[in-house]
This record gives sequence, structure tokens and C-alpha cells, in this order.
Amino acid sequence: MSGHSTYEPKTGIERWLDARLPIVRLGYDSFVDYPTPRNLNYWWTFGGILSLCLAAQLITGIILVMHYNPGADHAFASVEHIMRDVNYGWLIRYMHANGASMFFIAVYVHMLRGLYYGSYKAPREVLWILGCVIYLLMMATAFMGYVLPWGQMSFHGAVVITNLFGALPVVGPAITTWLWGGFAVDSPTLNRFFSLHYLLPFMIAGVVILHIWALHVVGQNNPTGVEPKSKADVLPFTPYATVKDGFAMSVFLILFAWFVFFMPNALGHADNYIPANPLVTPSHIVPEWYFLPFYAILRAVPDKLMGVLAMFGAIACLFALPWLDTSKVRSMRYRPTAKVHFFIFVVACCILGLCGAKLPADPVIPGLTTFNAGDADLNSFVWLSRLAALYYFAFFLVILPVLGLTEKTLPVPDSIASPALSHPATVPAEATAAPEMKG
Amino acid sequence: MLRKLSVIAAVAGLLTAGVAGPALASGHPLPAKEVKWSFDGPFGKFDQAQLQRGYKVYREVCSACHAMSLVSFRNLGDKGGPFYDEKYSAKHGKTSNDNPYVKAIAKDYEVADIDSETGDPIKRPATPADRFVSPFPNEAAARASNGGALPPDMSLLAKAREEGPRHIYSIVTGYKDAPAGLKIGPGQHYNPYMPGDLTSYWSGDHKHVPPGGFIAMAPPLKAGQVTFDDGTPSTLDQQAKDVSAFLMWAAEPKMDERKQTGFAVILYLLLFSGLLYVSYRKVWKNESH
Repeated sequence: MSGHSTYEPKTGIERWLDARLPIVRLGYDSFVDYPTPRNLNYWWTFGGILSLCLAAQLITGIILVMHYNPGADHAFASVEHIMRDVNYGWLIRYMHANGASMFFIAVYVHMLRGLYYGSYKAPREVLWILGCVIYLLMMATAFMGYVLPWGQMSFHGAVVITNLFGALPVVGPAITTWLWGGFAVDSPTLNRFFSLHYLLPFMIAGVVILHIWALHVVGQNNPTGVEPKSKADVLPFTPYATVKDGFAMSVFLILFAWFVFFMPNALGHADNYIPANPLVTPSHIVPEWYFLPFYAILRAVPDKLMGVLAMFGAIACLFALPWLDTSKVRSMRYRPTAKVHFFIFVVACCILGLCGAKLPADPVIPGLTTFNAGDADLNSFVWLSRLAALYYFAFFLVILPVLGLTEKTLPVPDSIASPALSHPATVPAEATAAPEMKG
Repeated sequence: MLRKLSVIAAVAGLLTAGVAGPALASGHPLPAKEVKWSFDGPFGKFDQAQLQRGYKVYREVCSACHAMSLVSFRNLGDKGGPFYDEKYSAKHGKTSNDNPYVKAIAKDYEVADIDSETGDPIKRPATPADRFVSPFPNEAAARASNGGALPPDMSLLAKAREEGPRHIYSIVTGYKDAPAGLKIGPGQHYNPYMPGDLTSYWSGDHKHVPPGGFIAMAPPLKAGQVTFDDGTPSTLDQQAKDVSAFLMWAAEPKMDERKQTGFAVILYLLLFSGLLYVSYRKVWKNESH
């Protein structure tokens, strides 16, 4: 999609088609001849892994719909029918349920990679924002998908999350009634969530196409953050990136398969094997692991409305990131201070995830009672989550804007080829490029 | 980069392990007892003899109050099930519906149906295609017969508890006399493995509220209650283990098939990854990166 096309139709049929719908040319230019920076590391393979995840979710999901029944009286039993009576239904359903977790593992690695290497900076702002839109759609899809088995955690999770919108002033109650299709979470809610759960993945696929389009206009970022300057900096997508992505996908599938076949319920919650019962509330309602950091931010704020705003604000920060980071240097490889803050940020996110899974009042260190300030018990998960949430927001709103102006960065290489060729990993000595080859 | 990240992951893991250790504050039940199962681990399988014993415990004791509405009689003869027999499998052009054990078990139960000629409601002997027969016609009837408590459906019980079949084993074998100072309501029993919060029933030291909670079910099993056809000594421990294993099978009847498939899939992916890695090295041989 960028640069001139080098595709040459070889057969009569290809020439005929190319003059009418140059789709083979599009594929060739995008996935064969497309120049990729030669120094991409394994963190760059997660884009391909994510498209694999999306395809797996779509295929397994479409098959599940052939057997699933979205009525409140039948949903739970129909999922068990899939597990017990449908040929390989257990495999399809476990792939779909664990596939969601795998999708989020991959998307978090993909996002952190973008954050570390500055992949959101000019000219890739739109590319980054499209990625954020995909992430938002993924969260909506995953949430509604978790409601569909109509277990206890499905039902009460749906109650908690839909009630969040009730915190909005004036319009809140009307919005929740509209979301529910009634005055409580019930069959109409399940039906519309099912409908939307089927719709949103295709919207994700649509935005993924835009995401890849934008990627192919601006080109891939790379670990140095320096734009490719000459032919020595790039390699054709096929076979170089294809084989590397293929290897990474296969390794990722081993992890995926391990969960599906040997610990399929490890990432779920036992309560969801109890049919939904509006009259019995589980003692401890927790969302799926991939929502836990945001759930912790929500609960860190004592006021419900402010908590909801903080939670959405945490996602809004991602959208604004291209303009929050003021640094001229793209890759954190050459930003020693920013790098430290990046790793603290990752730890803060993990801590938030941990806090989201715990009861807010439980002590972080059991048996320790000395950390009291006034009537606040600082040795509790709610205070730990406040601390981590503070860092989360400070990272985006203070550290990145200020650091970009004050940080002393390391020298950035002139081109991709120069540092890449200076430590040849697997090349015999005589094969290293001559100096005149360097960018 | 990878190395740095793995160090951070390890540190985060240690932190998590440190803070997430078992906190035995009041209101928490005891952690479930350790049990070795034949189906533990990636190569573990159900033990058919144990499943048969477990089914007998379920049938003679549990099924008096607990339904198992998601399981059909034919499932007992499915591959991995208690009465599976290769002679009655697809390999020999048959199904578990033809299994004589399964047929005999089903025939002992009566299910509601209608007379197809007159439309009158009738009772007929169950067939392997029928679901397990529930002990009560509805929830109200179940509660009325159990002092207001509802015995949970056992189809998924082993997956619906955080600690799985170990939890069931611990409950059944874990009944204890209530410590002095604990006020027990009528029809209630103290069990340290039951989730709950006993603070408001406890008149002793408020820092040492007993672990666990109340359960409406009286201790259901005792030594010698069920006679095992294979001569296994019928201790409480044995009965509890066997019925827990049976309930795990009922909750996850495709587990053997799942693990066997997984073994082949992982092996395939390992070989495939190896081939791809070799290809990757070959393709990139003359390119530095």
C-alpha cells in the first residue's frame, strides 16, 4: 500500500484479474514484498499472533453459536450440552474461553511493546489510536461473552458492570434500563449481549483492516525507533517476517494448547459453573483477569462516579498518549530514565491486577497492624491499589510529558543497519556487510 | 530485553507469592485436604473401578437428596465413564445405549412421560437416553424436605468449587464437634471446610473465631455404609474419595479424551515449532539482525 508496486502478473488469469481487481497485487505488496525493518525482535511477532487469536475466536465462536441458546432459562444448559453432547464441543468451547485470555495476553504484550519502543509517535498516532479502538472493542466483546454462559459470575458481573453506568448523573438510570432491556439483568439483557457479542468481533476485524492499512502507510517501527533510510535497513516481509512470525505463532500455540487441554478452567472462576441465581450473590464478585487492573482503579476511588470516571480515564490516557509523550527520541532503548519508569509502570499494572482480585479491606501483609494513619489501614489492598493507580496516572500525565523535555537521552544510531550490523548474531565473519553498505 | 523482563516477572511473582499466601483470618474456611487423584496431572486418567464405587456411593447415599440433572444414564457407559465397555462402542458398531449395565441401571428408575395414544401422563421405566432422575420435583419440594436448605445439583459440583473434588472430600470427611462457645442453630452442623463467617455465632475470643461455617447436611457417610462390590474396604475415607472422583467425572466426563488429545497436539506443535525454527535460522542465515 506504500511505495510503488513491484508485482508482476505472471499468468493470463492474473493479468486479467489485475486489470479489474488488483487483489493479488494488494496481497503481494502487503505480505510478500512489503519491506520490514531487519532488526525487528520477537516482541514484533505479536501482531501476527493477534490476528491468529482473532481468527481462532471467530471460527470457534461461529461454531458455538450453532449449538448455543441465548435464553435465560436455557443458556447454562446449552453450554453444558456443548460440553457433553456435541462432538468435540468441549474442545471448541475451551478454545473459545481460553482463547479470550490468550487474546488479552497477546494484546497486552503488543501494547507494552508499542509503549516501550515509542510506536505511537508521529507519524503513527492514527495507527496507535486504531489499536486503542480495537482494545476497547475487545473489552466490550469479552465482557459480553463472559455473560453468555449465564453462570453466577456471568450474571453478577453483568449486574456490577451495567450498574456502573447508573453512576452517571441525570442520564445514568435511563442508560442502565436501556442496557438491560428492563429493570434488572434478565433474559432481554442476555439476548442483546449475545447479539452484540456476535457483532463486535466483525467490527474488530474491520478496525484491524484499518490498523494494518495505517501500518502499511507509515511502515513498521523498530527497536531503534529510527526510520529505515535505505535498502540495507529492510528485508522483504516474505520469507523473513513470515517465517519468524510463524515460529512465534507456533510457540504461542503451545501455551494456548497447554491451557486448553491441561488447565482449561484455571483462568475462569469456579462460581460460573453454578447457574445464575439473582437471589444469591457470590461472596466475592471478580471480573476476568484481564479486567482486574481497571477494576482495582474503579474500587480505589471511594466515590462511585469518580471511580467510574477514573476507570474510563485510565483507558482515555492510552488514546492521548501520542501527545502526552513529549520526547523526541522514539525508542526507550535510548531513554534510560523513561526505561526505568516503564518497568515501574508494568509492575504497577501487575499490582493493580493483584489488588483487583483481592478483597479491598484484606491486609497486604497478614498480621501487620501498625500501618494505620487516622482511621485508614494502609496495610490493605485498597490502599495498595490507590498507590499503584496514582503511579499509573502519573506515568501518563506527569512523567512522560515532563521527562520528554528534561531527560538526557543516549545517542541514537544513524540508521537501522549500523547497529544491527555491528553485532551480527548468526552471521559468519566474512558475511558481515562491508562499511559502504551501512546506511 | 527478554532477560530483563523475565527478571521483573520473577520479582513480581515472588511479591505475589509473598502477599498472597494463605491468610487464616476469621471467616475463612480451612484449605481443602491434600488428596492424590488418579486423574491428577497431564497424564492422569479416571480410575474406572473407583468411578464404579463412587457411582454406588452417589446412588445409595447422595442421590436421596442431590439431583444430577445434566448427566444421562448413557453417559455411564461413555468412554472414560464408570461402565464403559469397548464391546458397546462405535468400534463395534454400538453405542453406550446398548451397554447392558447401563440399560439395567436405567430400568430401575421411573420417569414421567405421556401415553402417545391417549396423551395421559404416565410413568415408564427409564432408558439409557434419559437423564438421571431428580429426587425432588422442584426446588420448593427439595427445600421442604431439607429444613429449608437446597441440596445443590451435583452435575457440576466438582468444578463449581474453587478446590474441586478435594473440597467435596474435605467437607464429607471434615465434620467436627463444634468448639465450645459456638452457637449452632437447629438443623445446622459445624464444618471447618465450609465457607462462611461464624463471627456473629461465636462468644469466645473474637480474634480466634473458628474457621469454616455451617452446613445443613448432616455427616452423610460413615464407615461400612456402602458395600463395595470389588471388595474394597468401605471406610469413610474410601467412600469420600470415590464419590469425589465420581463427581469429578460427572462434571468433566471428557477429561480423559481431552488430555489424550492434548498430548498429541502438544507433541505436534513442538515438532512443528522445531521445524519452523530451523527454517527461520536457514532463511536468516545470511542476514544480520
